Amino acid sequence: MAIPPDQLDEFIAAAARALEIPLDPEWKPAVKSNLDVTLKHAAVVAEFEMPDDAEPAPIFKA
Amino acid sequence: MDVSQPWATAAEIAAAVTSGRTSALAVTEAALARITELNPTLNAFTAVTAQRARTRAGAIDALRGKRPPGPLAGVPFAVKNLFDIAGLATVAGSKINRAHPPAPKDSPLIERLEAAGAVLVGALNMGEYAYDFTGENIHDGPSRNPHDLARMTGGSSGGSGGAVAGGLVPIALGSDTNGSIRVPSSLCGIFGLKPTYGRLTRARSFPFVASLDHLGPFARSVRDLALAYDVMQGPDADDPACAQRATEPATPVLERGIEGLRIAVAGGYFRQGAFPEALKAIDLVAKALGAVEEIEIPQAHRARAAAYVITATEGAALHLDRLRKQARDFDPAVRDRLIAGAMVPSTLVVKAQKFRRWYRERVLELFTRCDVILAPATPCTAPKIGQQNFMLGGAELPVRANMGLYTQPISFIGLPVVAVPVPLQPLPIGVQIITAPWREDIALRVAYALEQMGAVAAPRPSLKPSLKVPA
Repeated sequence: MAIPPDQLDEFIAAAARALEIPLDPEWKPAVKSNLDVTLKHAAVVAEFEMPDDAEPAPIFKA
Repeated sequence: MDVSQPWATAAEIAAAVTSGRTSALAVTEAALARITELNPTLNAFTAVTAQRARTRAGAIDALRGKRPPGPLAGVPFAVKNLFDIAGLATVAGSKINRAHPPAPKDSPLIERLEAAGAVLVGALNMGEYAYDFTGENIHDGPSRNPHDLARMTGGSSGGSGGAVAGGLVPIALGSDTNGSIRVPSSLCGIFGLKPTYGRLTRARSFPFVASLDHLGPFARSVRDLALAYDVMQGPDADDPACAQRATEPATPVLERGIEGLRIAVAGGYFRQGAFPEALKAIDLVAKALGAVEEIEIPQAHRARAAAYVITATEGAALHLDRLRKQARDFDPAVRDRLIAGAMVPSTLVVKAQKFRRWYRERVLELFTRCDVILAPATPCTAPKIGQQNFMLGGAELPVRANMGLYTQPISFIGLPVVAVPVPLQPLPIGVQIITAPWREDIALRVAYALEQMGAVAAPRPSLKPSLKVPA
């Protein structure tokens, strides 16, 4: 999943509202740049095919 | 050996205090004097616990003739300021946490070091909330590299790197989520141990990323590193990730040498983007060890990407309430990364955790073919303080996020690593000695052998209190 940079502003505004994070307009360029980098990293991971039964790393022990 | 001089090792100090050739109090006073003299230049300490240290040293001296004072008798040490120190707020490099009440108890790692006779002398500077590879801090000012005051210590355990490299203390503790012990070790030219995930308790330390957080020691000699590591081992019910595993001392096996060990050099990803000095360092270490086989760690770039995602999102979850209520009190560089992390869809984080298990299994297979993997610790020597970007593999990238290029794929699956300093001129640089989980003993043996050969060493900087701090 990668969001084109020109659509990130909309995503950031919606996410800030959903997360109740007050976002100063001055912070937006840096947040956008960081989110773009993080989503690109996430896309590198997400494109890697793994079997359905692949277990996530952390195991909760009751 | 005058153990009051700044380059005395912890082992030398403990031997002198135990034999009565000097007192713990004399060693403590010498360390406090050196801190007073040089901390205005290095900015490594954010708090000096002088009275506590004198009381503790006096108690160790009072044991003389009654019972052994411990393997670290009278050894001064300091901790990154995310460790709880009774009576001080655990600031974790932040402005926000300064309003926290004083910690009621010490971190168990401080307790264990002091039970072995060591003397806590203070808390150390760090990047805010450990989300940093530079050692810069907007609230406390940057830690300064003892080898060149205009340069970074690396971070986030920047004060730990500066304090040990500058001879203020022989041992310091830090944390390493993505490289925060190994990066400052590399840039400051000292030894650092990031143990196996779950080896050392993280109880009563301020967290960052529960999936990836480790604590560990820094030192100027391998023996000191092993001594500190050994006394800190052991289970602790207060850290859910701490393994129920008996202590496995490394000090007794340090001198076993490298015969019979299969040592390989990480190729591919771990050579891409490296500056010539990083390649020179790894080649020197490989040659000293007779390591000729190159090994490919599969999907290392993806491991780094997954560590990046887990860090951003778990870090954001930890700080979400503070981002809502106190966003203006963060270091802006940390705040903006955390806000971005909060916005990453959770499905992508679960993918990263699934990949983590897949990658772990592939890398563990490599350890059926070799015992040790060598890799650079950082892509370059210490950048200038304030430097925002560097050229990496042909692309201009931020220093703050990318100094951990080679450390992140390793801590991502919790492998133990000793970072060893190669004393290149004009600046040192580190190499990672990586082993299978729970084999810190092998990594320390290799580091010790390299130290005995003279291939690695912590260089001693010339520091004088009159040195001008660059503007």
